[in-house]
Amino acid sequence: MREPPPPTPVDIHSDAFLARMMRDQLKLSIACALCFVVALVALPMLNYFQPAFMAQRIFGFTLTWLILGVLFFPFVWIISYVFIKRSIALENAEAQAAQDGQTK
Amino acid sequence: MNTLLLATEATKGIDPWIAICSLATVAITVGMGFWTAGKSKSAGDFFVAGRSVSVGWNASAISGEYLSAASFMGVAGMVMATGYDALWYPVCYACGYLFLLLFIAGPLRRFGAYTIPDFAEGRYDSPMFRKIAVCFVLFIGFFYTMPQMKGAGTTLAYIFPGLPYWAGVVVVGAVITLNVSLGGMKGITLVQAFQYWLKVFAITVPIFVLASLVGHYQQHLAANKTSQETVATAPAGIERKTLPAKAPKDEAWIAPFGKLTTKAIDASIVAAKTPEAKAELEANKKPYSLLYTYSLIIALVCGTAGLPHILVRFYTNPDGVAAKRTTMWVMILIGIFYVFPPVYGVIGRSLTPELYDAVGAKGTDKVVLELPTLLAGRDHPLLGSILSGITCAGAFAAFMSTFSGLLVSMSSALAHDIYGRMLKPGASPEQRLKAFKWSALIVGLVAVGLGSQVEALEINFMVGQAFAIAAASYFPLLFMSVWWRGMTMRGAATGMLVGGLSALASITLTSISDVAVAKAKKIADAAELSAYWADHPLAKTIADYWVAHPLARILCEQPAIWAVPLSIILMIVVSKATEATVPADVRMKMLVLHAPEALGLKQEYIKEHEGLGGH
Repeated sequence: MREPPPPTPVDIHSDAFLARMMRDQLKLSIACALCFVVALVALPMLNYFQPAFMAQRIFGFTLTWLILGVLFFPFVWIISYVFIKRSIALENAEAQAAQDGQTK
Repeated sequence: MNTLLLATEATKGIDPWIAICSLATVAITVGMGFWTAGKSKSAGDFFVAGRSVSVGWNASAISGEYLSAASFMGVAGMVMATGYDALWYPVCYACGYLFLLLFIAGPLRRFGAYTIPDFAEGRYDSPMFRKIAVCFVLFIGFFYTMPQMKGAGTTLAYIFPGLPYWAGVVVVGAVITLNVSLGGMKGITLVQAFQYWLKVFAITVPIFVLASLVGHYQQHLAANKTSQETVATAPAGIERKTLPAKAPKDEAWIAPFGKLTTKAIDASIVAAKTPEAKAELEANKKPYSLLYTYSLIIALVCGTAGLPHILVRFYTNPDGVAAKRTTMWVMILIGIFYVFPPVYGVIGRSLTPELYDAVGAKGTDKVVLELPTLLAGRDHPLLGSILSGITCAGAFAAFMSTFSGLLVSMSSALAHDIYGRMLKPGASPEQRLKAFKWSALIVGLVAVGLGSQVEALEINFMVGQAFAIAAASYFPLLFMSVWWRGMTMRGAATGMLVGGLSALASITLTSISDVAVAKAKKIADAAELSAYWADHPLAKTIADYWVAHPLARILCEQPAIWAVPLSIILMIVVSKATEATVPADVRMKMLVLHAPEALGLKQEYIKEHEGLGGH
């Protein structure tokens, strides 16, 4: 289905261009969101089914307190950093493809 | 004359450091307001700060605006009062930005509208929808303003013990209204950025000093025993005062599914008549509290992505890439902040357990302000005073900056959307600027009026309401409008209104009975109590219903788990039914939302409309 990018002229007003652009961007967003949602769903589940494991002490914290109170923040920063890098790269590639298409 | 008397009365028994730090915060805020007043000239400066705020400034300003009184004082108090479950609040407040970043921030900025109602109208070509969206901006805004006002009133009354509650509301309302009408969005950006750094300083420095003297975060946490441990073994050198009877037990406090999430079913267990009924309810306790936890998570994460005063800030970014970068930095800045309030809660549990005996503003909510004063009793009187002065300054910055953000977004809604677009579409820039200043004044007055009425309600509870309503209205609207071409105006409006209003209705039901129950608890005499309930039949019926149906109570108190899907499903169903009314140029609109700026499509879109003679 996917057209090979630069060589073919890209018409930015075509439905195909819009659909591909939105699909690529949404795919990236959903992949990043999934990482986050899995963690959000999993932590209460672990607390529910493995309370003893989650209550073990690590440096005085309980495991679940350490995860939620401290480690969750850097985890989300990493997701957002990866997303920003990839999404800016994606936009640049799209802009390049479209401009190449227009000048030809 | 009267105020002067009040002031002299109030200055008795006040720590000079606390007074100096608080006054300095107010003075700097006003000073910056006057300083920026000369720099904000055009309507663009007032509404969106000239759309040229750099990533660093904007990220600091958004963070400053976001960290409200609920974050600064409420989170610490809640962790102290209810333990582990309260940690979801800071985590989701910070991480909700991820949804904003992944799905909304970039496209929304590219669309190039001034406000959310602009977006609503532009996306669906419907002036009607603008009106609906304006009402919602004002509605959620006022809901979120009330807790900020309450924070201002109680903090000022705490610092100056003689002052009445309304005095703080009036002072903060007046200062911020002045600032906003002087400098608009541009002025407020600078003030909020400054206030972010002040808040981080005010939350970190005292706790580091304190922890080095009385023991660290994990040591105080280790002093609370889990259900796996048989005795509480406080690490060497960690002092722990005896907990009063009202405080939750260690095992329940440190573990998930504690007091916060089991309140409803606990009430039912107490009221259960037969042992079988009791046992059945006990068996349901944990599943119900899991449900409560998930619903809370959805409300906070989606609510963050739908707060209008946060969204309006994205329009101040120069482009979509800057909007994304800004969001990432906001997550880092507020994440750093949110690690600390729980530390106050944990150390407060060990050292100031007497706070458990009081309620609300006089109880655990006060722990951030109260904890540094402990040092005064430990041979560091000066250090204790300076540190509590710093935390008070932080608290002031907290409700001032959030209120100023709300005031800007609501004034924009009034001046730009109602005056500029509906009442007088041909208004000149000077007239619109004047309208902005008048709107700020009107909104400020209404906010002060509302704020002075809510002394009895809890800060975090009111904030939670605003989040749940935003989660079920604005978040589905923005998410679906940005990513689904088939949305129609009717679908969007139906989903937003039904979702938002049903969340509001169910929360109101719980608060009617909660306020009545709280009042009833204070009545000791049995005859008086039954007379009280006879006077409030509606509250009595609802309260009894909650006791009989704890699951219904949980779903009404935390409606996000059903209200958000309901809103999205309605949007899809109604849009499908009204497919014929999908805007004709939807492809162009989608291109503007999603294509990189490098293609210059934004320009084209505006020209096309000018050519048609619209707008």
